[in-house]
Amino acid sequence: MQRIVILGGGTGGTLIANRLRRLVDQSSAEIVVVDADDEHLYQPGLLFVPFGLADPARLTRARHRQFRPGITFRRAAVDRVGLESSEVCLTDGTSLRYDILVVATGARLLPEETEGLTGPGWMDKVFTFYSRDGAVALKSALSRFAGGRLVVGVVDMPVKCPVAPLEFSFLADWYFRRRKIRDRVELTLVTPLDGAFTKPACNRELSGLLNDKGVSLVTEFNTGEVDGRAGRLISYDGREVGFDLAVMIPLHGGQAYVDHSPGLGDELGFVPTDRRTLQSKAWPNVFVIGDAADLPASKAGSVAHFEGEILARNISRYLAGEPLDAAFDGHTNCFIESGFHKALLIDFNYDTEPLTGRFPGRLGLPLLRESRLNHLGKLAFNWLYWHVLLPGRDIPAVRSPMPTAGKRALPIPPPGDPPAQTRKAP
Amino acid sequence: MPATTYAGTDVILDDEGFFTDPAQWREDMAPQIASREGIELTGRHWQVITFMRHEYETKGTGPTVRVLGKTSGVSVKELYQLFPKGPAKTAAKIAGIPKPRGCI
Repeated sequence: MQRIVILGGGTGGTLIANRLRRLVDQSSAEIVVVDADDEHLYQPGLLFVPFGLADPARLTRARHRQFRPGITFRRAAVDRVGLESSEVCLTDGTSLRYDILVVATGARLLPEETEGLTGPGWMDKVFTFYSRDGAVALKSALSRFAGGRLVVGVVDMPVKCPVAPLEFSFLADWYFRRRKIRDRVELTLVTPLDGAFTKPACNRELSGLLNDKGVSLVTEFNTGEVDGRAGRLISYDGREVGFDLAVMIPLHGGQAYVDHSPGLGDELGFVPTDRRTLQSKAWPNVFVIGDAADLPASKAGSVAHFEGEILARNISRYLAGEPLDAAFDGHTNCFIESGFHKALLIDFNYDTEPLTGRFPGRLGLPLLRESRLNHLGKLAFNWLYWHVLLPGRDIPAVRSPMPTAGKRALPIPPPGDPPAQTRKAP
Repeated sequence: MPATTYAGTDVILDDEGFFTDPAQWREDMAPQIASREGIELTGRHWQVITFMRHEYETKGTGPTVRVLGKTSGVSVKELYQLFPKGPAKTAAKIAGIPKPRGCI
């Protein structure tokens, strides 16, 4: 009897456990999922909490209820992983031997790594909506906000859901308009990137949208310090952006146990992973899914979903002694909520920029363009998440390889834009 | 793609001045590239440049500022003192490696 141990019972851990349980016979392998708590948080919902558009109490469900029969849930915190001995040491002093390990522990917020971020003003006029407590606290701060400078600041990449800071800016515009105080609010998005988003084709559309909504964009700003008392972000190169309310996206890293496990993670605590097979580069019997990986793909639930199909197959191949399938193409799919009951949809992979057209085919949702249909798609995703993604089912017509039907060819960039090839992963 | 001459040798750069082929780079080109960026190289600069080359060779892309600050032995603050216009890009340019890809 082989034992598959999955670290983390979030999006990636849950869906891969369920996929594997369907694929691998119960008499040949046992599946154990380890997590420190039993609260599964629907993270895409956090964006809506500050604006009163989601009830935080309804965003969590019990982790153990999301698993198929035949999966053991072990509630324990991981101390470290011994790669050579193939065992996970838990903080309760026990250890768990594995034949296959799946790292699915996601990314961790590291606000304390930025000078001053958690100092004076933290949770008073400096917030983040990337945690449930932060999103709830921000909701009451926003409702008290009567005017002034609101700054949305990304400290550094990578971050979970890299479109969320944009969405927050769009929704803030909508929120203050609805409260009829938009003319008294100055909205600024501060980013370390050289544009609104990392992908050039998308960048133009999103920069235009920011402009239309009166959101200023400050680029190539590497936040070195947050001065909550004086209300200013200070970049490493000495620039300053003043604020009355700051909504920060803190630095992200892997989980602490990764740092304590020699050979497992990189300098940021993410696990070096083969971008096609999803096998770790650390050890052959270690695989990675979701935000915990160092892949050049977005840290997003859709990526974990598309990885799941490939990874479940590869783990069953590994168990059978067969070669792995180098099939993951980096497929990412994101709804970008733009306010006023509209949203955009982008779909891309390692090699293809987000294109215009329709998804997943010619009669599908409009890509890279605001529409009400996409907003409904974003809302429907909540249901899909609990009932299709986590159970590890495939969405009809939306499979792991990125679809190309319905998409238009990449438009020729206007003069002044960097050519796509300088940004594309090799 | 623009070509230019560093230390008497023709090299090919991309539109932003990054080497497209790191093998074309030699150490004696670095001072000239640096002076174009308004930088006079010191031992601390060289520590970063050597580290950038090594990272590129092992990982296939230059490190980000955050990774540099954690692993090069030079803090992020000092990196900005050494390369005021942005350490990751400027040091990559002087070290003759392609523009760091950054994250998505």
